[in-house]
Amino acid sequence: MNRAETIIRAMKRDIVTAAAQAGEGHIASAFSILDLLWVLYDRVLRIDSTAPDKEDRDRFILSKGHASLGLYAVLCRKGFFPPEHLQGFAGLASPLGGHPHRTKVPGVEASTGSLGHGLPMAAGMALGMKIRRSNARVYALIGDGEANEGAIWEAALLAAHHKLDNLCCLADYNHSTDRALNMGDLEAKFKAFGWQTCAVDGHNHDDIFRGLGSTAVGKPLAIIAHTIKGKGCARMENQPAWHHRAPNPDELVEMLEELS
Amino acid sequence: MNMRGQLVATVEALMQEDERLVTLLGDIGVFGFRKAFEQFPERIYNIGILEQATISLAAGLASTGLVPVVHTIAPFLVERALEQLKIDFCYQRLGGNFISVGGSYDYAALGCTHHCPADVILLRTLPGMEIVVPGTANEFDSLFRQSWANGNPTYFRLSESQNPVSFEQHFGKATVVQTGSKATVVVVGPLLGTVMEAVEGHDITVLYYTCLAPFDGETLRQHCSSNRILLCEPYYSGTLLQELHNALGPRPLTIDTVGMPREFLEQYGHRQQHDQALGFTAEAIRRKLEPLCQ
Repeated sequence: MNRAETIIRAMKRDIVTAAAQAGEGHIASAFSILDLLWVLYDRVLRIDSTAPDKEDRDRFILSKGHASLGLYAVLCRKGFFPPEHLQGFAGLASPLGGHPHRTKVPGVEASTGSLGHGLPMAAGMALGMKIRRSNARVYALIGDGEANEGAIWEAALLAAHHKLDNLCCLADYNHSTDRALNMGDLEAKFKAFGWQTCAVDGHNHDDIFRGLGSTAVGKPLAIIAHTIKGKGCARMENQPAWHHRAPNPDELVEMLEELS
Repeated sequence: MNMRGQLVATVEALMQEDERLVTLLGDIGVFGFRKAFEQFPERIYNIGILEQATISLAAGLASTGLVPVVHTIAPFLVERALEQLKIDFCYQRLGGNFISVGGSYDYAALGCTHHCPADVILLRTLPGMEIVVPGTANEFDSLFRQSWANGNPTYFRLSESQNPVSFEQHFGKATVVQTGSKATVVVVGPLLGTVMEAVEGHDITVLYYTCLAPFDGETLRQHCSSNRILLCEPYYSGTLLQELHNALGPRPLTIDTVGMPREFLEQYGHRQQHDQALGFTAEAIRRKLEPLCQ
């Protein structure tokens, strides 16, 4: 197991432990995006955990805010806040809620949770960085279910029209909402809206990194990341029952063993 | 100058003065802002007809230190994009300016899809949202200049009708237009002219509100010894009743209201015809005042 895989497993243990303590959390969604987040924060984003509000930093927005545990685990690992915060997840006075809030959590750029807000906010940030002549890049991570929302496609129109080539949208395509509304060929949809696109294996770090580099002048970039909801935990993978559920003590022991 | 013309003049002047101001038009007012499009092509956009993403995008701009001004028609700005205003601006505590036209039935002939009598009452539910209803173009200019970059989300409701006289404006403060002993009229924005006709020669206090949130309860407390109030609002009737209660506390009050009924106005015609039918006239207001003053 390489360094990144070891860290990913450790973060997954942190996530299930925090969720079990809180009796709350969207663990499977967090596992679906954890590899994407780690590649971004470890290899791509120009950010400084000691100066999280630095003006020209790159920005990341977790548009599918319910996967907050994944973001918190990565931010914690990168030093934005101490591990005690993660273990107090969703407590009454905790800064870390079930959905992330920008005024409470260092490194969180937007308060998300209601789906369809993060990508258009990211487009505004990208436009703002261009107006301010900053070289900063803006990344947003949406879910395939979230792509049901009309505001996602409004933002897709805006980003292409305004040539926001400093904007990257990662789509966590785990097919968990196909049962409601199948999004079909997401890559073709973004391409039709005028975006540069790239499909990647959302659990292969080198593939993700390659995809993030496939930018094009004058076009926003959409990464369609093929993922498995609940990745790495057999009882959870692609199981709708685990969308919003915390493990009981026995399940936690079993999960920690599987993730050890 | 009407309020729309003043909007262009004020915003263009401020864009000249301050590079943080970015204007987003929902495909209205584009010709009016033609000078700004020539002078500041990177800071003014005809953003299109997609209000939800526009408000979120404006929040993104705000988070980078810019100050957005979003301008479009009231029902689409407020009702369609209400959740974006709530979360992206109010919950995130970001500053921005939202300027509507077409409040209430200013677009009477276009029918109920383009009416918006609910904008103020809806926005009153959003913690942190400031609400401004100027009564004249000059008052808009003053209130906007005082507040546009104050770091809060602020809604400005521009109207087709204006009062004949402007009052000096202090953001968040009501104006005591006249004092009397029989009753207090609390009047909002462009209704003041009609109210002043109605109260002519009467021993009545008139308090003029252009800033509804924050609401100046102190001025009301100091000028309501009669405990009789006529609340005159150019949108849904009784929208500010909770503010009156908050200001005056639990004591017996006699209150009547002038405002729009909570029903669709299914006829078309001109704004002035609806004014007559709904009682936004000096005569109708006087009729409401008579029993209050006895």
